[in-house]
Amino acid sequence: MRNLIKIAVRNLFRYKRRTLLTSSLIAFGVILVIVFGGLAISFKTQMVGILTNTALGDLQVHKKDYVESVDNLPLNLTLSGNKLAEVEQTLKQSPYVAAYSPRIKFGAMISNYAQTSNIRLSAVYPEMENKTCPGLVNRIEKNIPNPDQFIRPGEVIVPDNLMKGLGLKIGDEIVLVATNKDGSVNGIPLHIGAVIESVLGPAGKDGFIHIDDAKTLLRMNEPEIVEIAVHLKKFDQLNTAFNELKKGMVAPQSGIEVHTWEQLSPFASIARIVDLLILVVKFILISIVLVSILNIMTMSVYERISEIGTIAAIGTRPGRILSMFLMEGFAMGLLSTAVGIVIGLGLLWLMNLAPIDFTFGMMRVSLAPSIPAREVVLITIIVMLVSIFASLQPAYKASKMEPVDALGHV
Amino acid sequence: MTLIKLENVTKVYTTGEVPVTALKGINLEIGNRAFISFIGPSGSGKTTLLNLMGVLDKPTEGNLVVNGINISLLDRAEAATFRANILGFVFQNFNLIPVLTVYENVEYPLLLVKHTTAQERRDRILRLLEQVGMIDQKNKYPNQISGGQKQRVAVARALVTNPQVVLADEPTANLDHATAFKVIAIMHEMQKEFGTTFIFSTHDPKIVGEAEIIYTLEDGVLVNQETKNRN
Repeated sequence: MRNLIKIAVRNLFRYKRRTLLTSSLIAFGVILVIVFGGLAISFKTQMVGILTNTALGDLQVHKKDYVESVDNLPLNLTLSGNKLAEVEQTLKQSPYVAAYSPRIKFGAMISNYAQTSNIRLSAVYPEMENKTCPGLVNRIEKNIPNPDQFIRPGEVIVPDNLMKGLGLKIGDEIVLVATNKDGSVNGIPLHIGAVIESVLGPAGKDGFIHIDDAKTLLRMNEPEIVEIAVHLKKFDQLNTAFNELKKGMVAPQSGIEVHTWEQLSPFASIARIVDLLILVVKFILISIVLVSILNIMTMSVYERISEIGTIAAIGTRPGRILSMFLMEGFAMGLLSTAVGIVIGLGLLWLMNLAPIDFTFGMMRVSLAPSIPAREVVLITIIVMLVSIFASLQPAYKASKMEPVDALGHV
Repeated sequence: MTLIKLENVTKVYTTGEVPVTALKGINLEIGNRAFISFIGPSGSGKTTLLNLMGVLDKPTEGNLVVNGINISLLDRAEAATFRANILGFVFQNFNLIPVLTVYENVEYPLLLVKHTTAQERRDRILRLLEQVGMIDQKNKYPNQISGGQKQRVAVARALVTNPQVVLADEPTANLDHATAFKVIAIMHEMQKEFGTTFIFSTHDPKIVGEAEIIYTLEDGVLVNQETKNRN
């Protein structure tokens, strides 16, 4: 085996320029996958992080059919009493759940006594909301001394576009008017506590109030929760946690639904497109490796027919000749991948020294590209397998040569 | 004891639509510890005969038994193992593996044969390189040594597995006369030293002087056999 590796590696360096050119091409493909993958994965992770940590949570629990009619913000599809207690008990007992936040979401009118506009409100318990969406306070344009109390009863947090539109400033009094589930209209005066930037861009009009104020405004005797946002201990356990929670809550007739962030946000489609692009780049890499190795190994076999005849004549079994050429292709792939990985990771490291900042919608994104170790391992495995596959035909041809014909080849 | 036995061996090649008979009904027996030469002009069938005896090819008709084994019954892998264990080869163009050093070229066939420790391999290779006068060149690559030196390395490589027969097809064709004589002399020394049967072919009648039996081939037919009494 050691001898096979030795011969394979030495044969590679026999035609240095050709090997260097082919290796460079494969290494370029590996660099492309690592750098593009690093940037794309970083972009996706950042965006998903912003969405889940500042707005959606990792999972959400709703009354059945709520998500289908979410645009109307219905107040008759809610969880309360024993049902709410059961759901909360399940979440508390789940080993995957780090925190959860019950929310009442509803539409309201906001008035500064001169002008009126509409607003979409999330009524929350600030401490629970802060633990579930720890990035939310970063979107509030005010120094929050205690993030667990980012909203207090009697205050409303208003999106900056409404603040500008209605000419409001912090401390001003406004009136919120809303219709409850019975059709009864009510209004309460509140003060502007803070301004929040919209995560959804200029069209977003999402504000926050304390859940106690929502109870008053909507004339609820007890909180009637519209959605419960859930923050997981480990985001990569999303699917496992989703399935476990579904199993625990979504019994037939329970009237409960669990959704992952992917089922709730249109960004999931963008995330899937990013994954698709990474896949396309991987296919480009596979094509590069396949064509390069096939080409170089075919040339190698045709150039060394007489040599193949010699090693066959002195007693090398066909299987060993096959292994010798497979090893050569494998060594070429391994060498190129190693170089590509080193350069690719080096480029990612350089990019981290000067992070790329940009705004996506209203979200400030700072790309610090990195690639998970499993992706690097996957790239290596792909190149190795494709290298062996590409070497297979030339190696098979070499092993099938009759020594007497090969020796006579000029 | 008969080492190689040919019974009515015929070999026909088909080039395009024209069959060419390279050997016609050869009958021959070669014993142990022999030093044999096949001479004849180009196209007389020397290479074909050596290829058959070397289990590199199979006869079209007739029986060829080498070391008690009918070679027609061997598949490719068995034939390779048979060659590795029983036969050694010296080629006209030396055919050393260019990416291996002189030492590694001689070592290569030993790695194909089992039951040799690293120390045994090393001792055997160094002794052979010493005997063919190439010990000082052992770390050089084939492109760094002369044609005569390459052929000496090839002789060492052919002998390293302690084969029963070494087949050398025109081993001196690419060498000048003086070097050719030296190579043949080394082969003869090795034959005496190890008791290996050496069979070589040449079209040059001047260098067959060392051979104990000289067979002459013409147009695929054995036309003459000359035995020299060395005593």
